[in-house]
Amino acid sequence: MSRTGTKLDAKKVNSELFTLTYGSIVAQLLQDYENVEDVNKQLERMGYNIGIRLIEDFLARTGSGRCYDFKDTAEKIQSGFKIFLGITPSITNWSPAGDEFSLCFETNPLTEFVELPDNYSNLKYCNILPGVLRGACEMVQMEIACWFVQDQLKNDNLTELRVKFVKRLEDAIPAGED
Amino acid sequence: MKQQIIDSKANPSSTGEADDCLFEYLHAELVNYVLSRSSNAACSSNAACSSNAEGEEELSRLEWMGFSVGYRIIERLTREWSRFKDELDMIKFICTDFWSSLYHKQIDNLRTNHHGVYVLQDNAFRLLDKVGTSNSKQYLKESPRLLAFTCGLLRGSLANLGIISTVTAETTTLPSCKFHVQVQKI
Repeated sequence: MSRTGTKLDAKKVNSELFTLTYGSIVAQLLQDYENVEDVNKQLERMGYNIGIRLIEDFLARTGSGRCYDFKDTAEKIQSGFKIFLGITPSITNWSPAGDEFSLCFETNPLTEFVELPDNYSNLKYCNILPGVLRGACEMVQMEIACWFVQDQLKNDNLTELRVKFVKRLEDAIPAGED
Repeated sequence: MKQQIIDSKANPSSTGEADDCLFEYLHAELVNYVLSRSSNAACSSNAACSSNAEGEEELSRLEWMGFSVGYRIIERLTREWSRFKDELDMIKFICTDFWSSLYHKQIDNLRTNHHGVYVLQDNAFRLLDKVGTSNSKQYLKESPRLLAFTCGLLRGSLANLGIISTVTAETTTLPSCKFHVQVQKI
């Protein structure tokens, strides 16, 4: 290469591509739907679709088996964030019963270039993440609920994602086999 | 023991790899969404007309999203880059550094007629790579869906470099494809 410019960093470019692509999706959804709630819902659904496929990647990469308890699940979710997004959210605020915890993000690659205008205060910009978690957990027979408690885009100090265990999903028996 | 496995997989080079699959999933959802939107909105009466008579689908939204991403990303990538000599220099940049950062390989073949038409050929385009084995024709009809975003990406990148163009894609056998860039003379 004769060019003297700095070499492009493939990893950085890739994460920027991801961030910007996500941004353009949110922008497009805001154009398509009048109601911000619908945008949140649509983002969650996209996340769910991604989650049910991503879990396979996760299991294949880590070779991890079943979770012993919800604490174990929390740690695996944490390592999932490390693997796929390169960030390590901290696990905090366990409920006494041990069925609810929070993931706290100091940085969030999804919101790297984002500023939220005031009139979109209902928009859950990162709502794809709860969807991903829900989809992924459903594929390992766990129903969870997941929502944002705090959001840096709304001037909170950190982004906090609350995860609640709902129930175990039983293996469905194929029709006609009792 | 398991922790170790996770750690070794999470070293920098493989996280880069993982980021990739995220983009691929996101892209798939994007395509999914745009298709469901256009089939709902444009012709709710006729279920089969998400593609029209020539089998062409409404993909302009995808293209537009690609454009906006390309327009932004090129600005960040070329910030510390020395100035481009001319149009060909920019296209070469797109074919080598830009493409290899985004899609892990360079463009395999670049042709031009030196009058504003460029043909960029990628023999194993990343977004088509996992759709069937080589030389398969099974999903040929669906492949434009997976290319529209990248067409827009190219057009947006070039637009921010000062080249107004139209970009179309063409596939004859998967996973190879050709992007035709036609520069508009002002």
